[in-house]
Amino acid sequence: MGAGHGTHLHVEGHSVVHRLPAHTKLVGLVVFVLLVVALPRDAHGLRVATLLVAVGVVAATRVPLRHVASRLVVEVPFVVFALVLPFVATGPQRTIGPVTVSRDGLDAGLALLATATTSVLMAISFATTTSSRDLVRALQHLRVPDRLVQILSFMVRYLGVVGSQAQRMKVARESRGFRARSLGSWPVIASSAGALFIRSYERGERVHLAMMSRGYTGQMPVTDPLSAGRRDWSRALLPSAFAVVALVIGYAA
Amino acid sequence: MSTPVLDVRGLAFAYPDGHQALFGVDLHVHRGERVALLGPNGAGKTTLVLHLNGILEAGAGSVTISGLPVTRPNHLEIRRRVGIVFQDPDDQLFMPTVRDDVAFGPGNLGLRGAELEARVETALAAVGMSHLADRAPHHLSFGQRRRVAIATVLAMEPEILVLDEPSSNLDPASRRELGELLESLDVTVLMVTHDLPFALQLCERSVVLSDGVVAADGPTRDLLGDGELLHTHRLELPWGFSG
Repeated sequence: MGAGHGTHLHVEGHSVVHRLPAHTKLVGLVVFVLLVVALPRDAHGLRVATLLVAVGVVAATRVPLRHVASRLVVEVPFVVFALVLPFVATGPQRTIGPVTVSRDGLDAGLALLATATTSVLMAISFATTTSSRDLVRALQHLRVPDRLVQILSFMVRYLGVVGSQAQRMKVARESRGFRARSLGSWPVIASSAGALFIRSYERGERVHLAMMSRGYTGQMPVTDPLSAGRRDWSRALLPSAFAVVALVIGYAA
Repeated sequence: MSTPVLDVRGLAFAYPDGHQALFGVDLHVHRGERVALLGPNGAGKTTLVLHLNGILEAGAGSVTISGLPVTRPNHLEIRRRVGIVFQDPDDQLFMPTVRDDVAFGPGNLGLRGAELEARVETALAAVGMSHLADRAPHHLSFGQRRRVAIATVLAMEPEILVLDEPSSNLDPASRRELGELLESLDVTVLMVTHDLPFALQLCERSVVLSDGVVAADGPTRDLLGDGELLHTHRLELPWGFSG
């Protein structure tokens, strides 16, 4: 069988954030992140304020901290870059304790670190409170091109199927004494991957047949439309409202 | 006699590569009948099934469903009338949840809201899967997935249910439960199968398709009792069953 419940991003719950319609959350997330990255570079105070807003949203999801922390790992490349930046950037220098770093680099590094953390936290609060089904419905509702929505939806559905097929092929290889140890074993792995592509392609054709057999004519029917009231929208856009205020203060200063 | 639900006359078909799969098939199925379509691998069973709802277009001959010919302008109505359940439920169940999947067919027919919901509920109840409506198809057992696959088609209220190898890959208990389920449904059934005891259990009448023609058509018990006929068309009862 496919991946268990535990490996998915989504965490069941009934918090305020969970209950918001998915499309309002998605709009809220994108607007908020765009506003945060638009903050002036040296507005560190305001950046910390938006970071606190993101932390507040994560707290409101009531998702276990452990779960959020492990998802934060995606940020690591940005953290590394932010840490390196003060040492490699040029311009006026500044001495902090035993080390001398570039002042511009330090500013840019701190800004990058705060912006990345804020954005990732918001993205995690979206991902942990929205099921993949609702994400697909949200994209459909927001009029993202149908083709893209379908690709995403099929990926969600068939990732497990293709994954378990790959796993079965691996077991079958190893049952005949194969072990991937050297470069010499690459052709075997490559041909397995090729076979997997062909099988997936054929499955795609069969799925298409099954879809046509049930009256599919190129457009996914919206059988369960999303709806949102003014209250939902105002809640979903609340973090963005904070970010707008921060942005205005930042550019006025 | 009334208009047959399924009326296939002189159906012939060759694939684009020149391989001819059907050489003039005649088949009539009347309302309320359960008919087994038997035949060895490569006999043309799947090719025939794909003609019933217009996925493949007849090279010669005709297919008519309750009086409506299978032609391109009629495709949507034909696909409502003919419900095909494919062999691999993973091919049939492609939506994120069971409920969405069952709603896909009636959704394509334009149903929305309470009417659609009622269709979904009824279809899931008919296969005993109402409690799994909000689960993802890939989290279900194989037997459950096959039942849901049947529900996805029942939700379109078809006039004929066409099942491709319904008992394949099922453990004996799931196979028995599927048999009970199919017996409980008030719908005309055409069942493609290699599972001869399953055909005998569910279908009074059987049709043997061999080399692209109908080789025999009669009561299942008589056909399965004819050892020579079975042998000629590479059909075999499981070991221990006498012919």
